[in-house]
Amino acid sequence: MAPPSSDLKLLGSWASSYTHRVQLALRLKGLDFEYAEEDLAEKSPSLLLHNPVYEKVPVLLHRGRPVLESVIILHYLDETWPEVPLMPADPYDRALARFWCHFVDDKLGPAVGAVFASPSDGQAAAVEQVHENLRLVERELREGAFAGRRRFFGGDKIGVLDIVLGCGSYWLAVFEEVMEVKLVDPESFPLFHSWLRDFEEQEEVKAIIPAIDRLLDYARGVRQMMLGLSTRQQ
Amino acid sequence: MADQSKGVKLYGTSFNGHTTMVECALRLKGVAYEYVEEDRKNKSEALLKLNPVHKQVPVLVVDGKPIAESLIILQHIDDVWKDPPHLPEDPYKRAKVRFWVDFVNQKVVPIMHTVVTLKGDEQKTAADEFAGYLKTMEDGIREELWTGGPFVNGDNPGLLDVVMGSSYTWIKFIEAVAGVKLAKREKTPLLCSSMEAFGEHDAVKELMTPPEVLLQSRGNPGAKTTATSDD
Repeated sequence: MAPPSSDLKLLGSWASSYTHRVQLALRLKGLDFEYAEEDLAEKSPSLLLHNPVYEKVPVLLHRGRPVLESVIILHYLDETWPEVPLMPADPYDRALARFWCHFVDDKLGPAVGAVFASPSDGQAAAVEQVHENLRLVERELREGAFAGRRRFFGGDKIGVLDIVLGCGSYWLAVFEEVMEVKLVDPESFPLFHSWLRDFEEQEEVKAIIPAIDRLLDYARGVRQMMLGLSTRQQ
Repeated sequence: MADQSKGVKLYGTSFNGHTTMVECALRLKGVAYEYVEEDRKNKSEALLKLNPVHKQVPVLVVDGKPIAESLIILQHIDDVWKDPPHLPEDPYKRAKVRFWVDFVNQKVVPIMHTVVTLKGDEQKTAADEFAGYLKTMEDGIREELWTGGPFVNGDNPGLLDVVMGSSYTWIKFIEAVAGVKLAKREKTPLLCSSMEAFGEHDAVKELMTPPEVLLQSRGNPGAKTTATSDD
């Protein structure tokens, strides 16, 4: 079997949904790449060299040159390897995809993170914030720009918005269990729920997303640490 | 000659940096548009319907289809009206431009708000942080993008020029209000010269509200931080 192309190398972290986005995109495009797992507690010289501004994963190295920030990497992949496009063809659809990708990173993602970081007695407000954001997505699916569309935001196949929203949405189920809260009730968010289920069933997605028990262990560990820190500060 | 067949309408607010950015982009592309002034304190039904997610300006409507969020709008404008291009052709350089535009959004804009609301030593620290970010950008641009100017994009302003160039007057406004120097020519010559060149560009000159006028309209924003936010 031929070794992976040395042209593409991805610095990532196994539990990072941002890393998963890039891994999924590479897989969908049929691109070989070398993967290097970063220990975020002890960042490699390579990571610090290639991403001095943020010192974060993922970092995509193409012919040794770094491309940073997951959504920017997705655009780069699409523009460099236009076969199997991730972005929609129509300019307005592209604007919508960019808008909602930004919404995920700017609003929904942080809201979900806030649930996880919330103190035991402060969950309700954080959960409501997630619901508010999910309602906006659900509405868009039900009667807005994405109404009556096919299976995925990208059409019959997953596209950039599916990748960005999907890689990260698996944390919802993880946090639901660890925090004992309901985040995605199928009755309140039927379209989002069925989209997510379809997304998670894709072969490429199944290959990328870590096993749920690993994610649960990880989340429990981080949660313990957060609670431990906050009690020490009191 | 720009395609005049699309109906283009921009909902914005005066003295709002994000609105200015979008207007600059439209003018640079020679796009004819109708401008609708929104009252920040009394938003129209139309605006709330066009941007139900964020409920704020700017919103660009092209052939009846709305797009919100200034940076999203800028990319859309470049996508629809190709000439002159606001991004390089090379995908790697495009990624660099996008990185710095995102950096402005993630780091530079928030610190601008902070500088304005703090006082004394804390303000000085925030101002130093701002200067640090500008220096980081300067070094990155020099190494990865600069081809002699006058703009970061070269002969014609591009995405990063629109974002930084339209922010220049706000930088000067904050310098006046806070009594701190934020952008120093000797530290960040490429950024300063390209921002100045942007302000002089015929297509956008008249959109650059002088800092004195901003001062009059906004007074001292020490109590509020809406100087450059969408609202």
